[in-house]
Amino acid sequence: MASTEQEAAPVEPTPPKEVLYCQVCTFPVEYCEFGSSLTRCKEWLQKANVELYNKFYSEEALQAKIGTLSLEAQEKLEKDTAKKEAKAEAKADAALKKKMASQVTIKRIERNKRKHVTAIHGLEAFDVDLKKAAKFFAQKFATGASVTKNPQGLDEIVVQGDVSGDIVEMIEDGVGLLKNVPKDNIVEVEEKSKKG
Amino acid sequence: MFKKFQPSSDVSGQVSVKSSVQRSIRAGILSQWKINPETFEQIWPKKESLTLVKCREHISIYTLHGEPLFFQHFDGPFFPTLRLLHKYPFILPMVRVDRGAIRFLLAGAHMMCPGFTSAGGYLPPADAALAANVPVAIHAEGKEHAAGIGLTKLGTEEMRKVNKGVGVETVTYLGDDLWKIQEL
Repeated sequence: MASTEQEAAPVEPTPPKEVLYCQVCTFPVEYCEFGSSLTRCKEWLQKANVELYNKFYSEEALQAKIGTLSLEAQEKLEKDTAKKEAKAEAKADAALKKKMASQVTIKRIERNKRKHVTAIHGLEAFDVDLKKAAKFFAQKFATGASVTKNPQGLDEIVVQGDVSGDIVEMIEDGVGLLKNVPKDNIVEVEEKSKKG
Repeated sequence: MFKKFQPSSDVSGQVSVKSSVQRSIRAGILSQWKINPETFEQIWPKKESLTLVKCREHISIYTLHGEPLFFQHFDGPFFPTLRLLHKYPFILPMVRVDRGAIRFLLAGAHMMCPGFTSAGGYLPPADAALAANVPVAIHAEGKEHAAGIGLTKLGTEEMRKVNKGVGVETVTYLGDDLWKIQEL
């Protein structure tokens, strides 16, 4: 269809703006001071992009940032963020220690006189994706494996058959997704959960 | 709105959106945000199909290839995710709060009028005044990027006059649970 009107020149799409996000706290770099890991953020930024580091953390930049806040308010703000950072560090440390102390429990439960199932619990503390791990075990041992919730409410992987020894070996070798599990944290238990 | 949001427990389902609904969404967004169709084509190409993620409290998040793009509450206005707003800062009108309010914004509080009318804050001038219930980008004094997205509770002229109470309700902010989700 011929149109006699001149159409406006085709509009160019505006390209997206590139934002540098801090690798430590995932905020845009200028907001790191409000996160809880300012010292680590500053170290990272200094290594990653010296120009931006100077832009935000050099002397004049710090002066200019105080902006419209009075001096006491700024000091209070700094004290509060320092406290928040210390608390976040303490929490991260506590979480790490708990992780080190937690165990991977491998239970061999009797189902009938001849048959057993192996239940593994505690792998979540080591960042293992339970569903993928269950599928991996099922493939390896050619039996069924699933993720279920035990009565305490925690997730555990249940593998049919008595594979406890093999699992221990696999963890020690660090096969596939079981890479991060330290070998000393394994506890083997035998259980007779017979129902009447 | 996303102060406490865990994908494992708060997401009730993921569905593909019907193309008739997609067309209406596209039209709605082009009318609500200050974006031109070519640029929006970059964000959401015509051929691509959105996924709707239904969350508790009637919140629907629309994602493309796992990355959340925008969301709405009930059938209300569409809000872009903060990451999308960082890439295309012009799509929402801007208001600015002063430095003292930043830490409260980043904790999820709503923004009170005095934060906008004081020396560090900024509201659009009278000829570009905003009404109530308009999505806005909340910028922070001295910062280049938005710190949050909110919904105006009062018009900007009223905010200047009354200067008390909630000015902008914070819908999503930097560091909330929606920010932490990179993929849904």
